[in-house]
Amino acid sequence: MPTSLIQPEFLVEIDYDKCHKCGRCVQQCGWGVYSFNERPFPDDSKCRACHRCVTYCPAHCIKIKKNDLALRDNANWSPELRKNVWRQAESGGVMLTGMGNDKPYLKIFDHLVLDACQVTNPSIDPLREPMELRTYLGRKPDSVGVESNGKGGYKLKDGGGVSNNIKLDTPIIFSPMSYGSVSLNVHKSLAMAAERLGILMNTGEGGLHADLYPYGKNVIVQVASGRFGVSPEYLNRGAAIEIKVGQGAKPGIGGHLPGEKINKEVSTTRMIPQGSDAISPAPHHDIYSIEDLRQLIYSLKEASGYKPVGVKIAAVHNVGAIASGIVRAGADYVYLDGFSGGTGAAPAIIRDHVGIPLEIAIAVVDQRLRDEGIRNQASIIAAGSIRSSADAAKAIALGADVVAIGSASLMALGCHLCQGCHTGCCSWGLTTQKPELTRRVDPEWGAERLTNLVNAWSHELQEILGALGVNAVESLRGSRERLRAVGLDQQTCEILGVKPAGL
Amino acid sequence: MGICDESGELMSGVEAIKAMAVQRDRGNGLGGGFAGYGIYPEFPDHFCFHMMYHDAKAKEEAEAVFDRFFVVDLAEPMPTRPVKGISDAPLLWRYFLNPDPHKLENSEMSAEDYIVHTVMLINSEVDGAFVASSGKNMGAFKGVGFPEEIGHYYLLEEYAGHTWTGHNRFPTNTPGWWGGAHPFTLLDWSIVHNGEISSYGINSRYLEQFGYKCTLGTDTEVAAYLFDLLLRRHKLPLELACKALASPLWTEIDRMPEEEAEVYRSLRAVYGPAMLNGPFAIVLGFNGGMVAMNDRIKLRPLVAARQGTKLMVASEESAMREVLDAPDEVWAPKAGEPVIARVKGMPWPIHGDLHLAADEVSTAVTGVHTAHHEPVEVN
Repeated sequence: MPTSLIQPEFLVEIDYDKCHKCGRCVQQCGWGVYSFNERPFPDDSKCRACHRCVTYCPAHCIKIKKNDLALRDNANWSPELRKNVWRQAESGGVMLTGMGNDKPYLKIFDHLVLDACQVTNPSIDPLREPMELRTYLGRKPDSVGVESNGKGGYKLKDGGGVSNNIKLDTPIIFSPMSYGSVSLNVHKSLAMAAERLGILMNTGEGGLHADLYPYGKNVIVQVASGRFGVSPEYLNRGAAIEIKVGQGAKPGIGGHLPGEKINKEVSTTRMIPQGSDAISPAPHHDIYSIEDLRQLIYSLKEASGYKPVGVKIAAVHNVGAIASGIVRAGADYVYLDGFSGGTGAAPAIIRDHVGIPLEIAIAVVDQRLRDEGIRNQASIIAAGSIRSSADAAKAIALGADVVAIGSASLMALGCHLCQGCHTGCCSWGLTTQKPELTRRVDPEWGAERLTNLVNAWSHELQEILGALGVNAVESLRGSRERLRAVGLDQQTCEILGVKPAGL
Repeated sequence: MGICDESGELMSGVEAIKAMAVQRDRGNGLGGGFAGYGIYPEFPDHFCFHMMYHDAKAKEEAEAVFDRFFVVDLAEPMPTRPVKGISDAPLLWRYFLNPDPHKLENSEMSAEDYIVHTVMLINSEVDGAFVASSGKNMGAFKGVGFPEEIGHYYLLEEYAGHTWTGHNRFPTNTPGWWGGAHPFTLLDWSIVHNGEISSYGINSRYLEQFGYKCTLGTDTEVAAYLFDLLLRRHKLPLELACKALASPLWTEIDRMPEEEAEVYRSLRAVYGPAMLNGPFAIVLGFNGGMVAMNDRIKLRPLVAARQGTKLMVASEESAMREVLDAPDEVWAPKAGEPVIARVKGMPWPIHGDLHLAADEVSTAVTGVHTAHHEPVEVN
């Protein structure tokens, strides 16, 4: 009997006439696809189509093709379902994967279109006029209280203004990705870029490496159930603290970092033994009610001198009520993570079938908070497969203050969405701790690419604002009147608060 | 257009008609209107509802609301005359009334909130009835037609006010209908508006949180409600309310002295959803004066002139040359810089004792075009 019933997913083709036989493909591949005996020989079964070898082949002689082996058509049993049965029959385990839900669910963003100005509300030329993207993250008072300053002007009354908000130069931040799941150089790239862009990166649940302490004012430090790396110093280094309750890729599932990725540095930062699996369960064992969450929020505020504290949840059914509770518990922002997102490893079955779309979650949370008159009390960060500046603009129009990007930022650093993050073999040096791979990301290079990406999207947001005839992002935020739906059913339109195109 | 005699001297409504007539080409005959302040000296303490009814049934239903919640001291048809070009007028009535004291007490609302609640109730729930204005000692006169025709129709020559605003409409978003003409009003606030507020979507959603119902589908309505929210309910000084609605750019805020920058940062962060964005020139009239304001980057025209105690603003200089025979000065206000007129001796009810004394107000907001600022250190 063969050891496996599963044929390779990809075929690696080398044009040996062009091959220099330099061995660079062998060197570049983190998956161990190639062996070398006078020339490279690929083992197709190991290939994940990450394209590292293709990118670095000086002769451009490598092609990665899909292995289009014919399977008998069956509309009920897709090839993938069949392969999964074979895989699990072999392994007996839960299938893990990474980089977000890849199932062809309706992508609501792609069924929303933005408005454009014409004669009476003219568009504004973003190349000549100011287009303001600055955003303040955090709790705002209901109104501004001022008094005369005795010098012909006004000053804020005590408590009359906005305090402890975080200034963002653009409403795009980096999503939480823990040190451990990604390499230190990735974290450094994110932190450096965040500082240059005037935005935030997020530690994820893995703590903050000491090398990143100088970037603290551009860092959200995360507190997950495992409390990895959490210390008074950690809490005080960050600009804001985030309690991670849930995440889009695996709602209701905790974090799991395999021991192979826990090297000495990760172990020091996470405050756990080297080589041990790091498991942060989904429930925080000190949060079993909204009151418990409130206590934790205020404990963290007390411990940090009242820095903003946010709560990250996955987009799930009834998320409006959940968010309302979170805001009333004292959170300064609510981080909504939709089910298409997620960079970390997750059980495929959870990733692909649990949670709800981000677009719906933003719409219902924003509306619920407005209905209750508490929308100003917290910002909304939206994440979960924000793929372009258009997604960002649509998320903002639905009601988000800020969007967070994870997959896109890893792609800026080379990620090709091969979905093998959990293996620690990432050829691009991103989701691995192997020194020979992690060194492939130079933080300076990475920071520049991330800065370019966010700058490019910010410019595009400015173009969009100009097309909408407004010159500040706060005039787009929650302005669903500027969105129209194409091909969405009436009920979805109602939930989104968006009219169908033509009305 | 807006004109205010800061001495409190009354001007005939004819002045307002003249100013609008020269700007005829700015409209298309589908909407014209005026608001006058100080026009009902015989009823200074009564709220005056100018009503439009599609039919007798609507009148009956709206009057049932008045009878139930108010003490009505005078109800009469609006005086009008037939004018060529004006047709299909609704039933036009006005009511001088005050809240029923017992019901007001039971409602636990201020008299102003009581009125706002009633306006929202009638406009959203009484089919065919529309409140054209609801303030004290003021009224809105509007309809479908060119403004000079509307002015004649309402016999504006018989009214005298210290402040007048006027508007000529070229409808784009909503069809020309009597209620949809400017000014849009709530309590004493009245707004005439040249432009289109591109931030309408978020402005109206923001207002909904505070109980306002934007039922008219027009962008001007939100401006009137936003002023009511910021000035009356949040008690912001007029100067700062204007700066919340047409905020300075962040680069300007960053260059301000820290104490001032702190105020403006907070205004912008808190009132971002209220900020009016897109092209606009608006005039807000109220008992005690008026304020005119352009959008943040001056996408629509607004010029101002002063002659003695009269301050006037309009979309075109010609309107002011028509009314003021020898202006002391004529200038184009800067983007987002409010031009404020205050009637001497009138109470300044908006923000109690918080407002600045006249000599404290920066020259920029009192309507002198040569603003002198202390040099500031630029980072």
